Amino acid sequence: MTLPSLDNPIVWILAIPLGSAGFLAVLPNWRLATWVNILVSGASFAASLMLFQHRPEPTRLLFIDDFNVYLVVLTAFVGFTTSVFSAAYIARESKGARLSDAHLRFYHAMYQAFLFTMLLALTANNTGVMWVAVEAATLTTVLMVSLYRTREAIEAAWKYFILCSVGIGLALFGTTLVYLAAQPVMGDGADAMAFTMLIKRAAAFQPDLLNLAFVFVLVGYGTKVGLAPLHAWLPDAHAEGPTPISAVLSGLLLNVALYALLRFKMLIAANPHTLAPGPMMVAMGLSSLFLAAFMLYRRGDIKRLFAYSSIEHMGVITFAFGMGGALANFAGLLHMTMHSLTKSAIFFAVGVITQNAGTKNIADIRGLTVSHPLLGWAFVVAVLAIAGLPPMGVFMSEFLVLGSTFASQPLLAVPLALGLLLAFGALASRLQGMAFGEPSQLKGYAPPGRASTAMVYVPLWAHLALVVVAGLYLPEPLVDWFRAVAKVLG
Amino acid sequence: MQHTQLSYDLAHLIGATMLMAGFALLYQRRIYAVLNTFAFQALALAAAAAWQAHVQNAPHLYATAAIALVFKAILVPAALHWLVDKLGIHRTVETALSINWTMITGVALVALSILLVLPVTANAAALTRESLAVAMSIVLLGMLMMITRRNAVTQVVGFMALENGLLLAAVSAKGMPLVVEISIAFSVLVAMTLFGIFFFRIRERFDTLDLHYLETYRGERH
Repeated sequence: MTLPSLDNPIVWILAIPLGSAGFLAVLPNWRLATWVNILVSGASFAASLMLFQHRPEPTRLLFIDDFNVYLVVLTAFVGFTTSVFSAAYIARESKGARLSDAHLRFYHAMYQAFLFTMLLALTANNTGVMWVAVEAATLTTVLMVSLYRTREAIEAAWKYFILCSVGIGLALFGTTLVYLAAQPVMGDGADAMAFTMLIKRAAAFQPDLLNLAFVFVLVGYGTKVGLAPLHAWLPDAHAEGPTPISAVLSGLLLNVALYALLRFKMLIAANPHTLAPGPMMVAMGLSSLFLAAFMLYRRGDIKRLFAYSSIEHMGVITFAFGMGGALANFAGLLHMTMHSLTKSAIFFAVGVITQNAGTKNIADIRGLTVSHPLLGWAFVVAVLAIAGLPPMGVFMSEFLVLGSTFASQPLLAVPLALGLLLAFGALASRLQGMAFGEPSQLKGYAPPGRASTAMVYVPLWAHLALVVVAGLYLPEPLVDWFRAVAKVLG
Repeated sequence: MQHTQLSYDLAHLIGATMLMAGFALLYQRRIYAVLNTFAFQALALAAAAAWQAHVQNAPHLYATAAIALVFKAILVPAALHWLVDKLGIHRTVETALSINWTMITGVALVALSILLVLPVTANAAALTRESLAVAMSIVLLGMLMMITRRNAVTQVVGFMALENGLLLAAVSAKGMPLVVEISIAFSVLVAMTLFGIFFFRIRERFDTLDLHYLETYRGERH
């Protein structure tokens, strides 16, 4: 195997975060580290934009196609904006006694390592490399969730470790089964693990083995997507880790796990004799939607509230891909993008809100639009967007999911609409108390400086602007592109 | 090298040994016995990987065998022994489901995996076929152990037993690439999480490794 050349953007996209993870691990000054973190995340994002100009040839290990290119760019973008928010968050957090210098060094190194593993999972052409990357992503996030070392953080990290390790263990068994199904047709070795080669000849694979493999992959990677009933780790991990990590967990990691699942779904769908993978995904999607919609009503912790909202949206997306067909796939892809942008924006806002208020308890957070107008209204817009109110992008994608379901399976559209309305009601009622009324007393850190404030507001409003614009107008090339991908997904 | 009767029989013998160790893990009542049984299972995994390396003429599997031997059969059990000693953890295994019922469930799971795997692999090489059924049984028994044992140490052992099953499947799949990388990834995951973070931190915070004490927390604070 020859090493890929340096003009290949994938090399840069992977080398920048990996190299900087090593560099940040030894950089002693954490203030400098926050800036280096922003700089290298920006460089990764710039490298990912090069993919539009120059699409590299697939190798047996790495590849870029229409589907993953947009996820790579989205991941690099949200990774970049979150690094900006993270700098402001960490600067305030360091005033408290919770984090030592060594912890912060570790945090920044793990942040880049985490971005590397996600980008590797997205660009992997080899089922085994993808698995190793998702496993490493689990490891880095487990370590970051436990960063505060409180009793809750350790329990959350333990639960996350146990559940997701079993999950990825099962995904590995599924991966092995896919290899066994492919091996008689493709021969031994790396060819029988490369997605680009598998998909061409999947029709000749043994269907029963593929069915069994898909069940394992669905349960395995589905645990990581946070699909009910395998979601138990997700609210704890989101609630107890540092807030920038909640933003990338929700906005990016769940997408990556779903991407892995969809790659395998494409393989199964390419074989005419297998069971249809759709109904299983529809069932898991609906159960996640309902479970999360009901759980939203009883939440007392603001980060946990939005973690359940992530389960809800991953349920909707899985449902959409389970329905399949050009329109539902289109809606699923759009919803993945919109959810990622909106949910990370919400966590940016939540990070500042909890730092101001000194609590995550919803009952103790009131009157945000009065006390901090710019932040408060951004929070209102973001929560209304995630709840699915027009004209924001999430509304449009949810509307498309619902519309395409009505067209193909009207009976399934009823529970879907009900679940979405339930979730909307929960979020709207929670939002009212937090956003309006007499402001609560602020018991958190001292107000941030001007630069720090800007570093939260710029990424926050940038995400929201994208979401609002996408709801009103999608550029023609983007629509064509989503359409092309939706067709590939089958 | 051809799949002779000997290579077939010996691979089965080792696989069956691992499965028996998987059952033995379920009925141990003392933590040290659990650790020793796990070490034995890991030793059998090392033998299975080495035998597959020989039969398939795939030298990289010797690396997997070495990792299983050094890391899983020696280092991890020794470190867990040390931790149990050092932290004064209860020496008895606490069960959520009685041992009799656990064993019956275990037998049912083995039957399930044989019934599932054998029909769908009718076309696969015989060597792979039965190994896969055994591997899946070991995976399910590991999960059963994680579910029915309360203590953090026994949960980790359950996870590593599950992992033994996964690696048995991976080494038995003829010519599967990346097996070494996968076994390294697992080892790093266990080592980093276990020794880097949890045991010392749990010790720091709770003075106990019994997850029972963790269960009072339900996620919401008021």
